[in-house]
Amino acid sequence: MLLRGLFNQSKEIQFFSFSNLLSYISLGAILVSIILFSILGLNYGIDFRGGTMFMVSSSEKIKVSDVRNTLSGSNLGDVSISQATNPLETLSAGTLTSTDNIFIIKVEKTEGQNIETKVKALLLNNVPDIKFLQIESVGSKVSSELIRNGMLAVLFAVVSVLVYIWLRFEWQFALGAVFALIHDVILTIGVFSILRYEFNLSIIAALLTIIGYSLNDTVVVFDRVRENLRNFKSLPLLKVLNMSINNTLSRTIMTSVTTLLALFALYFLGGDVIRGFTFAMIWGVLVGTYSSIFVAAKILLILDVKRNWDEKGSNAGTQF
Amino acid sequence: MPQLSFFRIFFIAIVCFSSLLFASPNFFYSTVDRKLNNPTQTSSWPDFLPSTLVKLGLDLRGGVYMLLEVKTDDVIREKFDFLWTDIRSSLVKKRKEIGSIRRIDTSGDQLKIEVGNSENIDFAIKEIEKLNSSTELFSSKWSGSVQRDILNISSLENMITITFSDEQKRTLEKQVIEQSLEIIRRRVDETGTREPTIQRQGRKRVLVQVPGLGSSEELIALLGKTAKLTFNEVVSIDSSSNFPTKFDEIVVGSEQNSDLFYLLKKRPVVSGENLTNAQPSFDENGLPAVSFNFNPSAALKFGNYTKDNIGSPFAIVLDDVVISAPTIRSHIPGGSGIITGNFSVDESNRLAILLRSGALPAEIEVLELRTIGPELGRDSINAGKLAALVGGLLVLTFMWLSYGLFGIFANVALMLNIILVMALLSILGATLTLPGIAGIVLTIGMAVDANVLVFERIKEEIKKNSTIYNSIKIGYEKALSSIVDANVTTMIAAIILFFFGSGPIKGFSVTLGLGIITSVFTALLITRLFIDLYMLFYKPKVLRV
Repeated sequence: MLLRGLFNQSKEIQFFSFSNLLSYISLGAILVSIILFSILGLNYGIDFRGGTMFMVSSSEKIKVSDVRNTLSGSNLGDVSISQATNPLETLSAGTLTSTDNIFIIKVEKTEGQNIETKVKALLLNNVPDIKFLQIESVGSKVSSELIRNGMLAVLFAVVSVLVYIWLRFEWQFALGAVFALIHDVILTIGVFSILRYEFNLSIIAALLTIIGYSLNDTVVVFDRVRENLRNFKSLPLLKVLNMSINNTLSRTIMTSVTTLLALFALYFLGGDVIRGFTFAMIWGVLVGTYSSIFVAAKILLILDVKRNWDEKGSNAGTQF
Repeated sequence: MPQLSFFRIFFIAIVCFSSLLFASPNFFYSTVDRKLNNPTQTSSWPDFLPSTLVKLGLDLRGGVYMLLEVKTDDVIREKFDFLWTDIRSSLVKKRKEIGSIRRIDTSGDQLKIEVGNSENIDFAIKEIEKLNSSTELFSSKWSGSVQRDILNISSLENMITITFSDEQKRTLEKQVIEQSLEIIRRRVDETGTREPTIQRQGRKRVLVQVPGLGSSEELIALLGKTAKLTFNEVVSIDSSSNFPTKFDEIVVGSEQNSDLFYLLKKRPVVSGENLTNAQPSFDENGLPAVSFNFNPSAALKFGNYTKDNIGSPFAIVLDDVVISAPTIRSHIPGGSGIITGNFSVDESNRLAILLRSGALPAEIEVLELRTIGPELGRDSINAGKLAALVGGLLVLTFMWLSYGLFGIFANVALMLNIILVMALLSILGATLTLPGIAGIVLTIGMAVDANVLVFERIKEEIKKNSTIYNSIKIGYEKALSSIVDANVTTMIAAIILFFFGSGPIKGFSVTLGLGIITSVFTALLITRLFIDLYMLFYKPKVLRV
C-alpha cells in the first residue's frame, strides 16, 4: 500500500539531542503567551462578556458603516460588527450559500426585550430584507458564572488528571503530564489572544478536549516508558525515554493525522458557528502531540524516575 | 489458533444488529418525523421498526432558549412588609410600655425594629411571638399547614431583628419556584408550540426551551409580566403623586395617562386569583377588551361592593399600574365583567392569556436568551453532515492506505462505531447539538486510536519474528494498558464537560463520552473478531499490517 511502511524507519530518532533548544522555545512561547494575554487580553464572546449578539443576513450587501452609524448613536453601549467568515464557501453545503452578507453584530447592553426590539427596528430601517439568524443575550450575572465555571472546569480537569496519573504511574509522570497540559492550555490562550478569535464557551469545551487528547498522547508514551523501564533496567533513562518515544511514534503520528483529517473537514465544512472551536482543537492536537514528546518526557528526564519497579512495597503504578 | 466461541459471535451480532435497528430511523429522519407528527397518515416507514429519533438541540432545529431567575427575595421582602404592618398595629396599642417603634433597614431579608424603651424589649418580643403563632400571613397558602417558630427573633439593646429560619426560607423559595414553574408552563403552552421544555435549574432558576419558535419577543411578552391583577377601592384621583397617604393606602400611576395618579386602598376588593376565566372580547364601542368571570365567593364580594358604591370609581390594577378606573354604574351581581383599556387586539389576547394562567408569585428576570432561527439550524445540520461525511471518508481512506486489509477491518469497525453512537443517542433520548456533531466527527478521528495502538503493537511483534498468531495475541494484550489509560483520561475530560457545561456543550460531552465507550468496544471486540475470522478461514502465512 501507498503509505505502508511510511513510518517503519529502522533508525531511531534522537529526540533529546535537540530537546534543550525546544525547551527554551517552549518556555519562551509560554512566556510570550502570558505577556500577550496580559496586554491584549482575550476577545471574549458575549458568553463571558455579557451583551447581545445578532447574526443577520440579507440578500443585498450590507453597508457596515451605515449599520455602525445607526447603532452607535442609539445608546446601546459598545457596538461591534464583523462579517462571517467561510474559507471554503463554495464547498459548503449550507442553504445560506453566500456568507458575503452574513454579519455578526454585538451590542454591549442586554436588558431583555427592549434591546432586541430596538436593534431589530433600527436594522430593519437600514436593511429592509434583513433576516435574523440568531440572537443571543447573556446578562452579566450569567456571564460571570460562566467564566467561573469555565475556569473551574479546566482546573478540575487538570487536577483529576494529576491524581489519575499519580495513581497509575509515579508522581514524576503526573507532574510531567500536567506540565504538558498547562503548556498546551497556555499556548492555546496565547494563540487566541494574538489572533483575536472569539473566546467563548465552546473554546472552553475545546480546551477540555485538548486536555483529554494531549493527555491521551502523553499517557501512551508514558505507558511505553514504564514498560521499557521494567524491561531494560540498566539502560540510562534518556535512552529508555528515547526508545519509548520512537516505539510509539508511528501510533502518535497515525492518530494525530486521522484526528486532524476529521478536524480539517469540520473546520472547512462544518459552518461558521463551530469554526472557532475547530480551530482551537486543531491547534490543540498539534501542540498536544508536540508537548507529549518534548514537554512531558523532558520533564520526566529532568525529574528522574526511580527504577525499582518490581520491588515489593511499591504501591504506585497500579496495573490493570 | 484463535478461539471463536459461539457466545462471542452471538453477543457482537446482537449488539450490531440492535444498534443498526435503533439507529436506522435517523437515516430517514424526515420520513420518520412526518410519521411521528401525523400518526394517522400512512407512511412509508414500516411499523415494526423503531421510530425513536435523536432529539435535535435548539441550535440545530431553531428555537428559543431562555434562562430565567425568579426573584424570590422580593417575595420574602413583601412578607416582611406585611409582617411589619401587623406588628406595628399590635405594638402601637402597647406604646405605654414599649415606647415608640420604628422600622430600620427596609431592604434586606430581615425586619429590624427599633424600640423606644429598651428595658421593655422582652415584652415587645413576647407580643411579636404571639403574632408569630397567630398571624394569618404564615398560615396562609404559603406554608400549607400552620407551623410554629418559623421566625427567628433576636434582640440586641434596643433592636429587634426578625429573620426567617433557613428551613422556612427554603420552603418558601421552593413554593415560589414551583408555583412559578406551573404558571410559566401554562403561559408557554398558550403559545401553542410543541414540546417546550421547562425545568428548574439550581435554586431559583428556570430554564425554558421552546423549539421552533422564531422570535423570543412573544415569549418575553408573556413571561415578563407578573400579571398581578387587583380591583381596588379608589380614595382619590389627582394629577400629582403627592397624596397625604395613610398606612393602608397606596399611590398608583395610570397606564393611559402619565399625569394621573390614584390613591387606592391597599387591600384589594377582589384579585386575579379569584378569576375563573378570561377571554378577549370587545366593549360596547367595539374596542378590544378582556371579559372575565369570578368564582362564587369573589362574585358575591364584588356584587356587594358594587351595590354599595354606585357612582364612585374603582380601579383595575395590573402590576401596580391602573389600567382603567371605571365608575360603577350599577350593581354587578353575576360575577362577570370586562376590563377596558387602551388595548390593541394583540394586547387584549395576551392579557386574557396572562389572567387565565394566573399571576406569577414573583418577578422574573431574563438572565440568558438565545434565539436560533430555523435557517441557521438547517444550515448547521447540513454543514455538520457534510463535515462528518468528508471527515469520515478521509479517515477511512487514510486507514486503508496505511494498514491495508487490517485498515479495512478497522474501517468497518469505525462505521459500526458511528451507528452505535447514533443508536445510543436515540435510546438514551440524548440531545444532538452542533458541538455534538463536532464530537462525533472528532470521535471518527480518535476512534481509530485503539485500533492503531493494537496494529502498531502487532507490527512490532512481527518484527520480533513471533508467529502470526502470537503477534496478534501479544499485540492485543500489550496494547490494552495503553488503550485503557488513553481512553480513561479522555473520558475524564468528557465527564467534567458534562457536569460543568451548559446547553450545547453538554451535547458535545455526551457524544464524546459515548464515542469513547463505543470506540473501545469496536476496537477490542469487533476488529478482533474480523482478524480472528480472517486467521481462521484464510490461514495467512505472512501477516502484512
